[in-house]
Amino acid sequence: MTEYTPTQVGTITKYVVVESFEVTPADLALRAYEISQGAMIKETCFGIVINGKEEDVDRIIAELRKIDPDHIFIKDRGFPPGDARRCRANLGGARPGYNGMEHEMSIIPYVSHGLEELKKCDEKTIPLPESPLEHPLLDIYKLKKLIDAQES
Amino acid sequence: MHRSPDMAKVFIYPSTSLILSDMVARFGHTPLSSATAIRERIQTAGLESPPLQITPEEPKKGLKWAAVEVPAGVRGRMSLYGPMIGECEAAIIINDADLAFGCMGCARTNELVKFLIHQKEIPKLELYYPKNEEEGVKFVAAIKRFLLELGGSK
Repeated sequence: MTEYTPTQVGTITKYVVVESFEVTPADLALRAYEISQGAMIKETCFGIVINGKEEDVDRIIAELRKIDPDHIFIKDRGFPPGDARRCRANLGGARPGYNGMEHEMSIIPYVSHGLEELKKCDEKTIPLPESPLEHPLLDIYKLKKLIDAQES
Repeated sequence: MHRSPDMAKVFIYPSTSLILSDMVARFGHTPLSSATAIRERIQTAGLESPPLQITPEEPKKGLKWAAVEVPAGVRGRMSLYGPMIGECEAAIIINDADLAFGCMGCARTNELVKFLIHQKEIPKLELYYPKNEEEGVKFVAAIKRFLLELGGSK
């Protein structure tokens, strides 16, 4: 076994995912470059990846969120941008972990709609969603999935 | 994110979830996701063990949460999730997360993670992913209400 020397120690990396009709990843990247002050910005097909010191990344993210708060979503990433162990440029195919993000990106429009609606009303007036603990019955969507699977 | 004393550490399941990670941070708390656990490992010097820097030490650490006869894959994964479950002050679980599928190591770890969260006496919110806009509103409202009740939110 060889020794491992980590790079970019003490930095954090975050994904900024945009799912908007008005803002593109290029717009976000442009704004991020303007205020980056040394942080690393990488534009991707779904948004941007930011790497840098925690306070710098938080500052940039706070600014970017203002552009379209209900359609910009952020999460942590373990690896820095372009890391050979994760970057698809080295591996080919989708980046490991992208499939999960792709799945959630199909749900994000509903969440964005929820965020927009909550600005107009109080969350306490909205009924609770179906609880997985209280409904052990067969879900209608699952039943349809089963029927479709049988018919195909 | 710099933590203020009134921010709670919220464990999210699936722990790679973009939506949950964003919601928790958006409403003023700290999400505990697998990315932060992986970051700790890849930023720590030691022996090279690509791609995730999970070394043979991790399954040993995993013995705290799973017995020795449990496969090393589960114990190795538990060395990532176990400490987060230990330190979390609340949890949000999405139950129909297709993206959390995987090999038996992942599947058994997921079961164990959910079991340990259910055992812990902390505020928990269990949900399904929204399937339409109406459910989206309820989904976001439930998460917002839950996180505001934890205190210290925006």
